[in-house]
Amino acid sequence: MGVSDAYSRGRRLVVDQPATLVVTVVGVLLLLDLVVQLVTGVLPPTRLARYLWTGLRLGLIYGLAGIGLSLTYSILSFANFAHGEYLTVGGFSGWAVAFLVGGYGVAELSDLLLVQANPGVSITSTPLAVVLGLVGAIVVTVLVALVLDRLVYRPMRGADGISLLIASVGVAFILRYLVAFVFDVNVRGVTGGTVSYNVGGLPINAHDITLVAVSVVLMLGVHVLLQRTKLGKAMRAMADNKDLARVTGIPTERVIRWTWMLGAGLAGAAGYLVVLTRGSIIFDFGWILLLFIFAAVILGGIGSVYGAIAGGIIFGVASNVSRVWLTGPWSDLADPVAFLLLIVILLVRPQGLFGGVTTA
Amino acid sequence: MSADVRSRLAALDRPVRDALMVAGMMLGLYAVFWVVGSTLGYDASGIFSLFATLTLFVGVYALAVLALNLQWGYAGLFNIGVAGFLAVGAYSFGMLSGSPTGSPPGLGLPFVVGVVGAMLVTAFVGLLTAFPALRLRADYLAIATLALSEIIRLTVLSRPASEFTVGGVTLGTGGGQGYRNFPANPVDGLFETPVGDAILVAADGIFGVTRQPVVEDFVYALVVVCLVGVVYWLLSRTANSPFGRVLKAIREDELVASSLGKDTRMFKVKVFMFGCALMGLCGVLWQVYGLNSVVPNTFRPDITFYIFIALIIGGSGSNTGSVLGAGLFAGVLFLLPQNINRLLGEVGFLQGISSPNSFAGAVGPLASLDVTPFVGYVLGNIDELRFVVVGVLLIYLMQRRPEGLLGHRIEPAAAVDLRTRPADHRPTAADGGDSDGGDDDE
Repeated sequence: MGVSDAYSRGRRLVVDQPATLVVTVVGVLLLLDLVVQLVTGVLPPTRLARYLWTGLRLGLIYGLAGIGLSLTYSILSFANFAHGEYLTVGGFSGWAVAFLVGGYGVAELSDLLLVQANPGVSITSTPLAVVLGLVGAIVVTVLVALVLDRLVYRPMRGADGISLLIASVGVAFILRYLVAFVFDVNVRGVTGGTVSYNVGGLPINAHDITLVAVSVVLMLGVHVLLQRTKLGKAMRAMADNKDLARVTGIPTERVIRWTWMLGAGLAGAAGYLVVLTRGSIIFDFGWILLLFIFAAVILGGIGSVYGAIAGGIIFGVASNVSRVWLTGPWSDLADPVAFLLLIVILLVRPQGLFGGVTTA
Repeated sequence: MSADVRSRLAALDRPVRDALMVAGMMLGLYAVFWVVGSTLGYDASGIFSLFATLTLFVGVYALAVLALNLQWGYAGLFNIGVAGFLAVGAYSFGMLSGSPTGSPPGLGLPFVVGVVGAMLVTAFVGLLTAFPALRLRADYLAIATLALSEIIRLTVLSRPASEFTVGGVTLGTGGGQGYRNFPANPVDGLFETPVGDAILVAADGIFGVTRQPVVEDFVYALVVVCLVGVVYWLLSRTANSPFGRVLKAIREDELVASSLGKDTRMFKVKVFMFGCALMGLCGVLWQVYGLNSVVPNTFRPDITFYIFIALIIGGSGSNTGSVLGAGLFAGVLFLLPQNINRLLGEVGFLQGISSPNSFAGAVGPLASLDVTPFVGYVLGNIDELRFVVVGVLLIYLMQRRPEGLLGHRIEPAAAVDLRTRPADHRPTAADGGDSDGGDDDE
């Protein structure tokens, strides 16, 4: 009985979803190879730990930014190509605030506001500047998103997804090049040095810890918001069925506004934090991250907030651990492989890991 | 446009009208660039150099936009991986026709084999993309094709691909250094023959253009324009063929098309491959011989979006619109701003206006009502600002005129021209009732 059951289930898998099977087999083989490499000592555990740690940090950024992308996708029904620029806006505005607080009196005011003079802000030497910078990033990005919604997306409510997508490409161009116009196009270092700890041969600095702590707190906040508040319930209802939500008296416009605020705020925070750990900023960093964020969100199941978080972490970790196999000159292919993974996910399981469940 | 001109235009046959519109746009662009060139004090060679660049850009953009229009405008396939297909065309041409002794070495096949091969390779990559990707929804297809174009760019850029050996044959992309090992441009070869000499004499005699490279560039641009004409004709024929009508049906409602017994997936695959082959050709004409610089980073997604914007300006679904959009984008939005700064300096507008090197230096004096530093800064950073303008334009079009200049024309689905019916006999709207028919939509 059990044997024939398993047989028929296996048969169904092979016949119906050969691609899923191939992907699973490849995944299992890679995992086995990883274990073998670890046991035989080909791969030192600290190197793997380094990949995991880098991957986790990136993954949290993808997850944090992905929440907004996922929410706009499920509630406003379009893929927002300007979401990467929200990270850029958050990065620049947040660091302008952090510089202003941390470098007041040290450097020219205008240079601080334009993120030009580096006053050496860090979480250990000037914690207040870093925290206020984070707040500034969130506030400015939320304001920008609200203005954009009013000017661009609100007149287009009810337009089809592709029109909105194209309009969001326009928004992306405007934001990216306005940032370039105001802050100029050069890459520059922004943070000062900070304390580094040695955890079992793995160097972990205070900025990385800040990133992880802030991301986890924000994600927990989103969880509470979605599960415990009326707004969260309204959001989930709207993601499920907009017409039904409207009929039952949910103020859809207000929910949309909150969606933008929540998504943009988290994106702004993510942009600020990624600059904190990288230590440098450039006008198109958010745009470059966008495809990775898309990949993470699609992996988790677009439309699902928890999917975005889980997808972000899995994608960040997996794309970094791929460096176990992609060594030397082949490490150039880590990003292409990550994008290939995105396409494979789209083909094999477009509904993502958490698919079918929206915003819950 | 005055009502009189409009009504006279409307009385013309569509092909004549389309040709007039394209010719009018090109003449307008030439006039603008002539004014720019002569204000800058350029001699005939200098002005023709501007013309050559303008013609080339309009040509290559038109080719890319036409190919995209076939996929997006006719079949509704949202492909935003155009940059990747351009790259595949340019690089595969290099690998096929590049000299075997060059670096990185190519296969040394004849030029024509290289061009046709590049189109076939791009079509094949299109096939690889199409078969699985067509199962996806439009926005997922967009993300997948964008990711594909990044995969292609990053792979071409990577160290393992810069030179590799397969079955004893060494090939390569040159990595970040770019690829230079292309066969000589046949148009330049023309100038080693009596025909070329005659052209040079004529260019000098009629227009006073003395510099040979300018004449060569201009002739090359004209060759590209002729190819665009051929592609335009081919696509117009395709659009009005039964094949093209099925494509439009798929765009409007795929379910209906398939329930009428059309294998919509095969149609989509074919049209995707066809469009990709044209993009491959465009890659060869644009990057290899047009700009002479094939480096992976020119194939960033931005270039895809430029082509898309050109298509949206012109109006997706219309081949003439595609050409018009390409001309307006390449001429007015892309090339003109590069000259504006120089131009204003020449006419004395910028004399005494310094360009501050930071935004603060530009905004600060505004408090004391001194706008000149701000103007100077704006003009100094016009490169960034033109993309802001492009973004604004894109949003405006999506909100106010999503059909662009010429999009959503009523498609002739019958062999007879429905417009020739008597005026009192109102034809059924052929566009699903979105309009009441008639000339407004054309």
